[in-house]
Amino acid sequence: MLLVEKLTKSFSQRQAVSSVSFQIEKGEVIGFLGQNGAGKSTTLRMICGAIEPDQGDARIAGYSIVRHRRQAQRLIGYLPEGAPLYPDMRVTEFLNFMADCHQLQGSARQSAIDRVITDTRLSSALGQTIATLSKGFKRRVGLAGALLHDPPALILDEPLDGLDPIQRSAVKTLISTMAPDKAVLISTHNLDDIPAMCSRTIIIDHGRIIADETPDALARRGAGSLETAFAELVSETARVTH
Amino acid sequence: MKGYLPYLLTTTATAWKREVSTYFATPLAYIFLAIFLLSVGLFTWDISGFFEAGTADLNAFFGWHPWLYIFFMPALAMRLWSDEKLLGTIELLNSLPVSLSGLVAGKLLAAWTVAGAGLVMTLPWWIIVNYLGDTDNGVIAVSYLMSWMMAGAFLGIGSTVSALTSSSAIAFVLSVAASFLITAAGWPILSVNIDSVFGPTLSEIVSQFSFMTHFSPAQRGVVELRNIIFFVSFIGLSIFATRLLIEYRRRVPK
Ligand SMILES: Nc1ncnc2c1ncn2[C@@H]1O[C@H](COP(=O)(O)OP(=O)(O)O)[C@@H](O)[C@H]1O
Ligand SMILES: [Mg+2]
Repeated sequence: MLLVEKLTKSFSQRQAVSSVSFQIEKGEVIGFLGQNGAGKSTTLRMICGAIEPDQGDARIAGYSIVRHRRQAQRLIGYLPEGAPLYPDMRVTEFLNFMADCHQLQGSARQSAIDRVITDTRLSSALGQTIATLSKGFKRRVGLAGALLHDPPALILDEPLDGLDPIQRSAVKTLISTMAPDKAVLISTHNLDDIPAMCSRTIIIDHGRIIADETPDALARRGAGSLETAFAELVSETARVTH
Repeated sequence: MKGYLPYLLTTTATAWKREVSTYFATPLAYIFLAIFLLSVGLFTWDISGFFEAGTADLNAFFGWHPWLYIFFMPALAMRLWSDEKLLGTIELLNSLPVSLSGLVAGKLLAAWTVAGAGLVMTLPWWIIVNYLGDTDNGVIAVSYLMSWMMAGAFLGIGSTVSALTSSSAIAFVLSVAASFLITAAGWPILSVNIDSVFGPTLSEIVSQFSFMTHFSPAQRGVVELRNIIFFVSFIGLSIFATRLLIEYRRRVPK
């Protein structure tokens, strides 16, 4: 469903992402794990076409984000880091704006809007201006926008960051219920999110993939603890690179 | 390229709709319209002594337009793209299957719509001059059209500049400076100076790019196609330039 091939990006002299490759099938939820500055957001941005790779490509159902940008982007739902939104818009206005952008029309449009309102439990906030919403609600509005066109690939950049425990578990549940018919890629720097949500973990460090395995397999490396496994992997690359 | 035009137009309409509603959701449009009307009134009726002159035309009114637009159009356009950068929503836009040219055009058209609304609200003065005497309404109609065209070109400058920065204040200042230069390029004082220092060819070239050169014939009631073409091309070029800047930032993010 989602094929990432040797994505590479530098900022001025600094290489942020170096030849990152992986593949995600329908039904998988991938935890994209890495410390701050590891290159998670840069990778996700390239997959969605928000920035252009220096080298490499990402294919969504065969469509290259570099050569068939529009077709590929139709199949992606993307929640950027921090869920940026237009503060002056009401929730319904934002959903209608997203529906316009995806050219949803007629009854399909209204049913899509109704579906995401139910799924992200937004009905109590519909008439509110986005600026007046709590952080948890804002995140759900961003998610609703990403889900509106029912995309086969869902790319979420730190969707749980900055949410309180109740909001976190609500978002996790939502992601789990959608998982079976989508390829989901979720970045996080928090190990606690991994076991409950993810079928596979990809770890990125200094712009390179250093592990790609199930959470169980990863935990076994650290004698049952994801924390230990992660810390060991990261310190290993630190020894190699410095 | 089949299907490109509907795609372009759909995005243009989407962006226009969203931007117009933002202008009116925030106080910006109302503040703009109020201060614009006050300034036009002040300059025309007070400073130019419209009623003392007692002529039944709107020459004094239109004469001020380029100078007022130097400040008013940058104010309308300053946040078109800088706000997207500041809020981070540019990242969302860049990930959507929409036409970038359509987004740029739609936003510009929205600002142009508000500018047009400002002009429409001055129409009562057109009625007033008709009471004062024998008015050449053809001249006034042409002047309104060309003033609106010129406003679009100023907004093109503002839109392009706002794609350079995430600060709408910086965008405003830079657009005012750029707008002033392109207006003053046709100023007789400047032309005479360029003429004496660099020779008549350069002064001719410089003044050919001036908005004044292409706007002032309208005040004599002359609709010159080439002036309309000038403003339309300028707007088209600014859409292209804005698009290039946004695409550049996709390759080389800040
Ligand atoms: N727009 C940018 N300009 C310059 N450097 C950047 C930019 N975006 C990211 N970086 C750098 O690239 C590296 C990876 O960043 P990022 O992908 O945001 O990491 P993560 O999302 O894993 O925290 C970091 O060193 C960061 O400072
Ligand atoms: Mg990040």
